[in-house]
Amino acid sequence: MSARFPAAFFRSRAFDFAVFAALFLALWQVAHEWGGEVAMTAPLDTLVFSAKTLASAEFWPHAYATLRAFLIALVLASTAGVLAGAALGFHRLSGEVSEPILVGVYSIPKVTLYPIILLFFGIGIEAKVAFGALHGVIPIILFTMNAVRNIKPVYIKTARVMRLGPWPLFRHVLLPATLPEVFTGLRVGFALTLIGTLLSEMFGSRSGIGFQLMNAIGLHNMDIIMSLTFLLVAFAGTANAAMLALDHRLHRRV
Amino acid sequence: MRRPAGVPRMSEAHVVLEGVTRMFPREGQAPLHALGPIDLELRAGEFFGVVGPSGCGKSTLLDVIAGLSLPSAGWIAIDGTTVGGEVPEGVGVVFQDDASFPWLTVWDNIAFGLRQRGAGAAEIAERVTRALALMGLGDFARAYPAQLSGGMRQRVCIARTLVLQPRLILLDEPFGALDQQTRLLMGDELLNLWRQTGATILLITHALDEAAMLSDRVGVMSARPGRFLEIVETAWPRERDSRIVASSAFGAITGRLWSLLRGESLKAMQLERRAE
Amino acid sequence: MKLATKLRIVVLVAAVAAVELLCRAGIIKAFTMIPPSEMALSLWRLVAAGKAHNDMLRTLSAVGVALFASIVAGAAAGTAIHSLPRVRRTLDPLLAAYYSVPVFVFYPMFIVIFGLNDRPKIVIGFLYAVAAMIINTLNGLDRVAPVLRKTARVFRMGPAATTFKVVLPCAAPYLFTGVKLAVAYSFIGVVGSEFILSTGGLGYQIGFAYHDFNNRTMYALILFILAVTLIANMSLHAWEKVLLARRGLL
Repeated sequence: MSARFPAAFFRSRAFDFAVFAALFLALWQVAHEWGGEVAMTAPLDTLVFSAKTLASAEFWPHAYATLRAFLIALVLASTAGVLAGAALGFHRLSGEVSEPILVGVYSIPKVTLYPIILLFFGIGIEAKVAFGALHGVIPIILFTMNAVRNIKPVYIKTARVMRLGPWPLFRHVLLPATLPEVFTGLRVGFALTLIGTLLSEMFGSRSGIGFQLMNAIGLHNMDIIMSLTFLLVAFAGTANAAMLALDHRLHRRV
Repeated sequence: MRRPAGVPRMSEAHVVLEGVTRMFPREGQAPLHALGPIDLELRAGEFFGVVGPSGCGKSTLLDVIAGLSLPSAGWIAIDGTTVGGEVPEGVGVVFQDDASFPWLTVWDNIAFGLRQRGAGAAEIAERVTRALALMGLGDFARAYPAQLSGGMRQRVCIARTLVLQPRLILLDEPFGALDQQTRLLMGDELLNLWRQTGATILLITHALDEAAMLSDRVGVMSARPGRFLEIVETAWPRERDSRIVASSAFGAITGRLWSLLRGESLKAMQLERRAE
Repeated sequence: MKLATKLRIVVLVAAVAAVELLCRAGIIKAFTMIPPSEMALSLWRLVAAGKAHNDMLRTLSAVGVALFASIVAGAAAGTAIHSLPRVRRTLDPLLAAYYSVPVFVFYPMFIVIFGLNDRPKIVIGFLYAVAAMIINTLNGLDRVAPVLRKTARVFRMGPAATTFKVVLPCAAPYLFTGVKLAVAYSFIGVVGSEFILSTGGLGYQIGFAYHDFNNRTMYALILFILAVTLIANMSLHAWEKVLLARRGLL
């Protein structure tokens, strides 16, 4: 047993991830040495500066502004997306008509539409929410639509043979059958809504983390840029990792 | 590669297996003893069927004979030459899964091996046309496999193998996905081709009636680790087809196969349950 | 033509017509949006006068470089990662999380490394597109059924022949999906960089026109980008469907 343990550890995922993390940090450090302070702050300094940022007074109002816009956009995108996606999934013809349009909108650089949104909503939280929601709603619609379309007809037949009413049908057949794919759509929508919110702040805004980033870029303030980026990546990465774990569990049940 | 010293050359022996064993290493456990030891001789031009319970190592046996995997112990010789880690010349394999190339038309699929060998356009055209006619695929030369049924795709795979005129043909449950009636008809076709080409055929199947009808001899394998319990001679004439299923001899052979297999199948089911 | 296609054309035409009417009727004010017909006219005039040529060329060539690099690097990296299971196991969750990171934030870093020219935005376009190409290459290679590789061995094909005559043709439709996404993402990366970080090219001109209250130019350029990206993406999408249908995968 004692002889086998180390061998098994060296083959494990944890070990691989540790090696990868070490390589990544080493590369980061090397890039810092090569480019200088102005190109990239060193890993340790970034960590320290991030901690300082979290402790500073000016950070939190901006973080709150971003978070507020993001969450509103997310709720809007999720609700509208799931409802629209379900409707388009059930009504085949509407789904067939809409899908290429949605795929088309998905593929355009939506940032070019941002000025139009600004013109309609003015500068403020409404524009941020609209832009963020626009980014997130499309994958949610597409995934939900697909999930509904892919419900196996044999499930519906089985439910009819069991004479299930509409609510039990939804609760016990339709919902569990579509949940994994809908959740994947929500996970993708989460990431895209966040990016949309940040992008909107980077262009026409006076508050939020995106605004802070643009400021720092203008002033070539590398440590602010790196620490904000680090915090964003940490937030997005952790949220995504948690949702991915849940995503895998949902898909394993199917 | 030369045959091991001290092994007498049996006249008419096309394929020889001696002491062939296959183990699969497992992490943290003893290795899995999947197959063997197997001793077998295939006579040139015979039709040899293999039946056995699920998990007994039939597919592993085919992999080893074809040179797709190395035995853990023992050796295999085809025409007196030992088989190593690569597939020797003159061996054709039809797999259980659909192996037709979905990006090529039926014609290009069948021509694939010939083109690999650098055969001339005229020869390719002649052989492929003949193979299409033989397998009843003449109307589908320009179709893609996705447009065909499962049975037709298997026919494409068989045609692709036959067009190279291999002397040894290994088939792993080639008709697995088909219904009973189609299987019987495909069996007839296979017998025709066998007679026309004079190849040695080894057919793995889980269908006892199929093995009984098609084979000159049927090897019955035990549950894992698979070994040959008995080799049943059918003594059918070479000119046979699916109508022999009506004969009483057929019933006797199938009955013998099942009486050998029944206990092993129960054993295999228990092995599976233990593994869960 | 299928019913769905006809309906779609009707829906799109009706939508554009509705916007046109709302603009002309003054319900949508001119300083918010100009009628679509005027957008098209303005674009036509810009192109005819040759005013936007430099920027168009700049943007399109940047997209082209990013696209080409991401396809080649993505396919190569995907193939390499696929053959190294442990590396793949480590990278899989990171690839899944890749698109939750706003890549634009690394722009300043790239300015320092590459200089104040077009390269940083090409790198951003590349970074956006390459991940999609890697993910789809991995997906495509996954779907090469083991029996096909076995068949290659029965045909006594060496590793190079197996890769180029069996594995890659089998994975081709999925690789094509990667290319389709790479096109979309290259545009998003390059135009997004130009827009937010003001670096010349069409994205920059749109931002400039916005701040200049120049709706005519702004909408004309937006229309151009939308038209180019939509045509490119829809053509690739249609081609992809043909490839998938031939394989029975649709």
